[in-house]
Amino acid sequence: MSVAQATYFQISDTWAITKRNLLRYIRLPQLIFFSSIQPVMFLLLFNYVFGGALGSAGAAFHGKYINFLLPGIMVQVVLFGGLQTGIGLARDINSGIIDRFRSLPMSRMAVLAGRTVADTIRNLVVIGIMLLVGYLLGFRFYFGAAKAVEMVLLLLFFGFAFSWIAAFIGMVVKDEESAQLASFVIIFPITFASAAFVPVATMSAWLRHFANNQPITYAANSARNLAQGLPAQGAIWKLLTSTIIILVIFIPLSVYTYRRRA
Amino acid sequence: MSDKAFEAKDVYKHFGAVKALDGVTLAAERGTVFSLLGPNGAGKTTLVRMLATLMQPDKGTVEVLGNNVVDEPHKVRELIGLAGQYAAVDEYLTGEENLFMVGRLYHLDANEARRRAKDLLERLHLDDAAKRTVRTYSGGMRRRLDLGASLVGRPQILFLDEPTTGLDPRTRLDLWEIIRVLVKEGTSILLTTQYLEEADELADKIAVIDRGKVIAEGTSNELKATLGGDVIEFEIAGPGLKDRALNAVVNIAEKPATYNAATDTVTVPVGKHGAKNLLDVVRALDNEQIAPLSLSLHQPSLDDVFLTLTGEKASDVAVTPEMKKRRSV
Repeated sequence: MSVAQATYFQISDTWAITKRNLLRYIRLPQLIFFSSIQPVMFLLLFNYVFGGALGSAGAAFHGKYINFLLPGIMVQVVLFGGLQTGIGLARDINSGIIDRFRSLPMSRMAVLAGRTVADTIRNLVVIGIMLLVGYLLGFRFYFGAAKAVEMVLLLLFFGFAFSWIAAFIGMVVKDEESAQLASFVIIFPITFASAAFVPVATMSAWLRHFANNQPITYAANSARNLAQGLPAQGAIWKLLTSTIIILVIFIPLSVYTYRRRA
Repeated sequence: MSDKAFEAKDVYKHFGAVKALDGVTLAAERGTVFSLLGPNGAGKTTLVRMLATLMQPDKGTVEVLGNNVVDEPHKVRELIGLAGQYAAVDEYLTGEENLFMVGRLYHLDANEARRRAKDLLERLHLDDAAKRTVRTYSGGMRRRLDLGASLVGRPQILFLDEPTTGLDPRTRLDLWEIIRVLVKEGTSILLTTQYLEEADELADKIAVIDRGKVIAEGTSNELKATLGGDVIEFEIAGPGLKDRALNAVVNIAEKPATYNAATDTVTVPVGKHGAKNLLDVVRALDNEQIAPLSLSLHQPSLDDVFLTLTGEKASDVAVTPEMKKRRSV
């Protein structure tokens, strides 16, 4: 098989699996509905419950906490959306369909890639919903459409990387509930110990040090500054670097696990 | 090209203390149905998973149509079809979409994938349900679709892992019919089952497997022959005829004939030549002017074989059709 042909099959296999996963979301639209409710709730609660107390956080963001908050919530959205990958894969392992895929002469990567790509597309839909709700709450882009698109793409790319972490977790634990719990236990604390919801300035020194130097903060800062027209380049480079590092580690690791012991 | 459909040589697979396969050597000729018969946990699924490249042996070699499953898994995958006891199809796709997807994953072009999906749905009597999501299918329909998915690639060898476990009798018969047609078309088949009747009905050759070891191998008839052959039974009008009846068949019986007073039945063990001896019994009774109320020729069932070989009551094994939870190994 030539390299071109192998690449073509790689892509067509991935697309076949992606389509399959997307059809599930189309036929079960409540999945997207309910996975949007949680971040919308976060958005409302943070905005109205903490918004007053944290008003100062919005000072640099045209005086509105929602301008600070929404990009952070969107980071949370892509992370938790990415975690669905592990849950979906664990479900596929248990239903036996992964065995079918593994017995086919198809790409060894496509089952995982098709899942991560589908979950990224799903993330795009949920981001759209979040932007809509945020807009109603007073969120605005101050730096034009191009930067808005750049922000969304960066968030999706970041969520895509977390999908691969979740894929690895799903392949290892092989069970939906464990996948959900394992992912949650990892993601929840590091999301809160970041600049996603509150400014890091008020955290204790050691926590601030951690929060300032982890990818979720890079993502939140990149998104925020892009939307608000503040200098973002530094955060974006750090975000891209950590995203690529995650992919370089977790794509081969997940594929290896898939080949060995699904 | 090897003339074997598959071949396993001295294969071991242990999971901790569990010896799933413990030195299994088996081979099947091309174009035949080979049945692996054994209770839950005997090692059947482990062997199928190895043949389907889903798992590697700890020791020993496994070949499918001459290709080693460890060295050339990709080649093997192009030749095989796999259908299991759990239906590995997507709930949220329609029957047609499921088969189309599998066709695309076999790298058929879209038109060919669509055509094969349509053909298979017709063939498996699922054409009416083609556009419905699998969620709305009955258990039997799912199993047929699963079998369809395993046929999309036109496999030369098909692995059917307990294809009828948990199905109702009618659906089982339907699946048997489909399997027979596939064999006629030249497909080699490995069928695992806990149902002795199923192996008897479909298989050219049977291997009985228990606790990771092959404990007997042969044709259905050969296995039954290990039990000592056929038996003729006839019922007489009353105990008064008993002595004359036993006397009449004394030269035909291989071992002494017996009389059961409760059922007025005479049992005549006749060894291998049941059909010929049946005629002799009829003539002998006619000579004695005894008219039997019933007359039959029995072969020992595979249940008897199973009991003799494993010391377990076959019925304990055979009548547990509950879906086995997929083992994660």
